[in-house]
Amino acid sequence: MKKFDYLIIGNSAGAVGCIEGLRSISKQSSIGLIAEEEHHVYSRALIPYYLSGAIGRDKMYYRPADFYQNAGVTLLGGQKATALDLERKEVELAGGAKIGYGKLLLATGGKPIYPPMDGLDKKNVFSFHSFDDLLGIEKRLPESKNAVILGGGVIGLMAAEVLKKRGLAVQVLELADRVLAPVVDETTSGIIESTLREAGVKLFTNNTIGQIHSGDLVESITLKDGTVIPCDLLIVGIGVRPGTELAEGTAIKIDRGILVNRQMQTSVPDVYSCGDCASIYNFITGQTQPLPLWPNAYLGGRIAAFNMAGIKRQLVAGTSMNAMHFLNVNLINAGINVTDQDSSQWHIISKVEPGHQVYRKFILDEHGVISGFVLVGQIKRAGILLNLMRKKVDVRSFQEQLLDENFGYVNMPDELRWQLLKDEVILGVM
Amino acid sequence: MFTGQWSPPGVCCDTYMSSGLCFFIRLNTHERMGTMGKVVVKPEVCIGCHLCEVWCAVAHSKSKNIIKAFLYEDTKPLPRITVEENLPLTFAWQCRHCQEPNCVTACISGALTKNPVSGHVEHDSLKCVGCYSCVLICPYGCILIDEQKREIIKCDLCAGLETKYCVSHCPNEALIYVEN
Repeated sequence: MKKFDYLIIGNSAGAVGCIEGLRSISKQSSIGLIAEEEHHVYSRALIPYYLSGAIGRDKMYYRPADFYQNAGVTLLGGQKATALDLERKEVELAGGAKIGYGKLLLATGGKPIYPPMDGLDKKNVFSFHSFDDLLGIEKRLPESKNAVILGGGVIGLMAAEVLKKRGLAVQVLELADRVLAPVVDETTSGIIESTLREAGVKLFTNNTIGQIHSGDLVESITLKDGTVIPCDLLIVGIGVRPGTELAEGTAIKIDRGILVNRQMQTSVPDVYSCGDCASIYNFITGQTQPLPLWPNAYLGGRIAAFNMAGIKRQLVAGTSMNAMHFLNVNLINAGINVTDQDSSQWHIISKVEPGHQVYRKFILDEHGVISGFVLVGQIKRAGILLNLMRKKVDVRSFQEQLLDENFGYVNMPDELRWQLLKDEVILGVM
Repeated sequence: MFTGQWSPPGVCCDTYMSSGLCFFIRLNTHERMGTMGKVVVKPEVCIGCHLCEVWCAVAHSKSKNIIKAFLYEDTKPLPRITVEENLPLTFAWQCRHCQEPNCVTACISGALTKNPVSGHVEHDSLKCVGCYSCVLICPYGCILIDEQKREIIKCDLCAGLETKYCVSHCPNEALIYVEN
């Protein structure tokens, strides 16, 4: 039986974060990686860019082709882990082979959510999640005219933009009364909706699929409100659920995702988890929840690596955060999302420039600490705001300045600014 | 099994891996190492002349000539350095080339990498798709946006040039390059 000091199940951002973290510390330890997909490590976040024609297939890869070889990682590609033996510290593969581990990282990712509905098994139904989706959509594009996208969230709207650019008629179905509803507030949704409508995307809110009409392929759809729309390419973009199958039925605790502490440890010794399969610590809400975002996955893998190697580090920078762009409108959000209805318990400052698609909104808690923000239109230097959030800075003394799109370190009180930048400037030279 | 050259802790000769965020860190002190350096700012002597921005744009133009760059080149040359200004305070500000850069962790395409030899945070514009995750996550606000090309630009410490243009053209030595 093969045995590795470190064994990783999964082959995306979390796995790479872990490998690069481990190799920052130790060159000699053995690392094994079990990857279900045959493809070299790619970035699923790039699928929209590939399908829009912005990048070629070679740019889909997240790391160079010789990454595993150079990092001294034994790649077990095209192999599915089917069971964990946590007592004996072994992973069983399909086919019965067993792999031993010293420390194990579960970075098994997420699975796109398909609602229980007849017709979603047809060959012109895809999500925007895997390399196989990408290849399947690419193959169908030339003969597709009418795309229907189920879900008006981040992925759904990115898919809508891409397919519109490729010349298809695009219809988006969103169950809520507005797009991006869990992520942003009403004003932001309004700006994005008008942008998409102007580009010719048809939005159906308060609506979803009633019935799918299909032969071999999906041909048309009757919506919940009775409208019948043509469809020869159906994209399911409702969201992802954590891929927890391996941990189910074991001693590893699951709460929506695989539950980890801030050191990315699961409830079982020597087993760690990160990425879309895990429930991780959200530093804004203090809750542990799935935060299936690329930076959280990579950073989670890296933090796991340090702890696996015996160096204590904590994930304290993870929260909900998105950088998005729809057509020509840039959009960034981070932290909690407060809508107009539930705004009364928060102190909110915002600025909207009607007609210019520029909007800034900050949600402050009772200590004047930013708990969330949205920037639409102008997103430059947004990281400074995220930094204020992460450092839990009371921003009340300069809160009006936050609304200025040119906000920077100069707009903060002297003491705070030089505290935040102390390693980067030389003071007292006069 | 890994067969590359192993280096003892604390010595930066970790050349075997040229991607992502993999470099040997000194575990006890978290100090920077080897040839890593950065441009350090002296706000009290900055006079807010913006010449660093002008010369940064020239350094990243095709011609490297100030007249040609601004008047005749197809794309407007853009600076990778920003003068923060709230008079009387001014200071120039660019990528800090962090030891463990947030931008590299957030990059979805692998365009941003930490060079294990030089310590520089490098940006491959051929790989960048302009998702702006790095803009969201850089705590210093040092990843700038080229709106025309829809991609990011950042300080490369004048890679391939003889001098660091912002430093050598600062009339009051408010920018200095420090080797660690």
